[in-house]
Amino acid sequence: MNAIASEASSHPPRVGLFVTCLIDVMRPTVGFAAVKLLEDAGCRVVVPAQTCCGQPAFNAGDRAAAKALARRTIEAFEACDAVVTPSGSCGGMLIRHYPELFAGEPEMAAKAERFAAKTHELVSFLTDVLGVERVTARFDGTVAYHDGCSGLRELGVKAQPRRLLASVEGLTLAELAEPETCCGFGGLFAAKYGELSNTIVSHKADDIRASAAGTVLAGDLGCLLNIAGKLQRAGSAVRARHVAEVLAGMADGPAIGEPNKERS
Amino acid sequence: MTVVPTSARFQENAHEALNDARLQGAMVFARNFAGRRALAAARLPEFDRLRDSASAIKDHTLAHLDLYLEAYERKVVESGGCVHYAEDAEAARRIVVDLCRSLGAKSVTKGKSMISEEIGLNAAIEAAGIEAVETDLGEYIIQLRHETPSHIIAPAIHLTKRDFEHDFRARHTNLPPERDLSKPEQLLAEARAVLREKFLAADVGITGANFLIAETGGSVIVTNEGNGDLTQTLPRAHIVIASIEKIVPTLEDAAQLLRVLARSATGQDASVYTTFSTGPRRPGDPDGPSAYHVVILDNGRSAMLGGEFQDMLRCIRCGACMNHCPVYQAVGGHAYGWVYPGPMGAVLTPSLIGVAEGGQLPNASTFCGRCEEVCPVRIPLPKMMRHWREREFERALSPAAARYGLGLWAFFAARPALYRVAAGLVARSLRLLGRRKGRFASLPFAGGWTRYRDLAAPEGSTFQSRWRAKSGAVK
Repeated sequence: MNAIASEASSHPPRVGLFVTCLIDVMRPTVGFAAVKLLEDAGCRVVVPAQTCCGQPAFNAGDRAAAKALARRTIEAFEACDAVVTPSGSCGGMLIRHYPELFAGEPEMAAKAERFAAKTHELVSFLTDVLGVERVTARFDGTVAYHDGCSGLRELGVKAQPRRLLASVEGLTLAELAEPETCCGFGGLFAAKYGELSNTIVSHKADDIRASAAGTVLAGDLGCLLNIAGKLQRAGSAVRARHVAEVLAGMADGPAIGEPNKERS
Repeated sequence: MTVVPTSARFQENAHEALNDARLQGAMVFARNFAGRRALAAARLPEFDRLRDSASAIKDHTLAHLDLYLEAYERKVVESGGCVHYAEDAEAARRIVVDLCRSLGAKSVTKGKSMISEEIGLNAAIEAAGIEAVETDLGEYIIQLRHETPSHIIAPAIHLTKRDFEHDFRARHTNLPPERDLSKPEQLLAEARAVLREKFLAADVGITGANFLIAETGGSVIVTNEGNGDLTQTLPRAHIVIASIEKIVPTLEDAAQLLRVLARSATGQDASVYTTFSTGPRRPGDPDGPSAYHVVILDNGRSAMLGGEFQDMLRCIRCGACMNHCPVYQAVGGHAYGWVYPGPMGAVLTPSLIGVAEGGQLPNASTFCGRCEEVCPVRIPLPKMMRHWREREFERALSPAAARYGLGLWAFFAARPALYRVAAGLVARSLRLLGRRKGRFASLPFAGGWTRYRDLAAPEGSTFQSRWRAKSGAVK
């Protein structure tokens, strides 16, 4: 078992949550769900002041801006034993692309490698590092899980969320016909190539509506905003949530894009 | 005379493609490749190791390309053939047309070749008063329609059976108009009958090459129709046109690459025909051409050696990247505006025709990474598209609005205190605006998004401010 896990009982690991700018601004509930899951697994969670991982700049070809943000993020989490993020996409940036960004700068590259080595996507951290096999949560309904591209292809997140979802009481998992096909979000792509992105997400929405699922889950808020926005525009009743909300038993509030009835 | 690129108009091309109901209907079939490839890969336990081996073979060859090109040339000459080097498209066209003229050719049959498309060979041959007939069924129909291939291995994937019937009736006017062409086999039989005469009448046969083998001086083509065999065996002369990176060192290397090629392309274990040709007919051979020429094209490829796009030269043109690409599946190949579509086209096009013309293509990707996941020679396609974006950004070729928006965002992101204030402001004000419905059907600064889908309203204050309030500690 991993050193972090074996020490968890005596010295709770200091886990830095990289919440992602999208969750920070749009859906703090996901951040709190991540905190709950980590604390339930015996971690001490800290949230260093943070902004963005730099992926939008990196993918737009602005390497200098991406590097500046990467440096800042690496420093902010220096004192953490592990860094965990509830996003496969931001996780891919932190883990796969930070070291690549600093290729040719040995000192920063080494730092980026060390940072990448201690950084994990939330659900895979719970299962693969901490050895969590089940969660204590209840969700009555059928869900489909959309595999976000970066989590799936850059970090190998595929079985982990399904394994934990299987332990949620009352939950039935329905697979999509094409769970591994991109939803068409692609960050700035969705705005820059709106019409094209719309065609791709329409295909995804059709796949979801053809399934038995009443709720679609994913590990990335970017994909989810795109998918939820398309389902809602199309008048579908299928709801969208981050997988952490369901795993943490915090899926009783409004789903993505739904009004908060109590407070509005 | 080469294809005039419209890659810089990708947005407009894509818009037209997305609103072309006939094309959208045809593109449904492009989705079938992925499942077939997955089955083929699953049937072969060593498939992923073969991919490693295939990449290594190509890397090794590219590192010693000059050596293997010379070795290949020696073997071709030993077998009685002749090798011609063409620096660019114009040189290649001139060499082929001159060869056809010197052979007294009136008619040329052609096997499927993307190099032929890249250099605009048919137009050049026809301008010289020589008939050029495409013999691959897909290539044949797009030649009838004066179109270009929309896929590198399935050139007519943008067409349906009905299009074939329509064009056959319009062009094969010597056949009875009341004939039944409703079934694929009837269309095939008609094409076969028409092409048979062309095969027998041709003076020169031109094929591409999937591989050129340095060890033997041989070239390899794979087809499913056998048209390549008739093209290269029946006429008096066989001309092979191929680009420099098609070289592999040995027959064994070619065999390894063949094992990943068809599986990645169509999901077949092997193509129906895999044909080796080495030199002209020897004394005692029952058939074969009396002259054998190979035209080896550079056209910008040697400039990719040693640079950040060298890995692209590993490409074996299987088409797996486009078969798995959500963007390609949505818009088809013609929207890419030049010869090579899909992810491989998005990387190769700016290399071959310049980033000013081709720079749109590497931007039109969600970076979903599926192309790299299935590439038989493990080309890091998203990474290379990102390299092109970096080049564009450095040269300030990216649109001002994108640069400005990104610059503004980067400014805040680099200043955590300011970011905190701005993020909180955005979150709370959007929350106020959108609290009733929980989402927006339109937002003035997010039109690219809200034109097609709703945008969820934020929950309220940011996670970080809530966390600080909760833990009572400001870090």
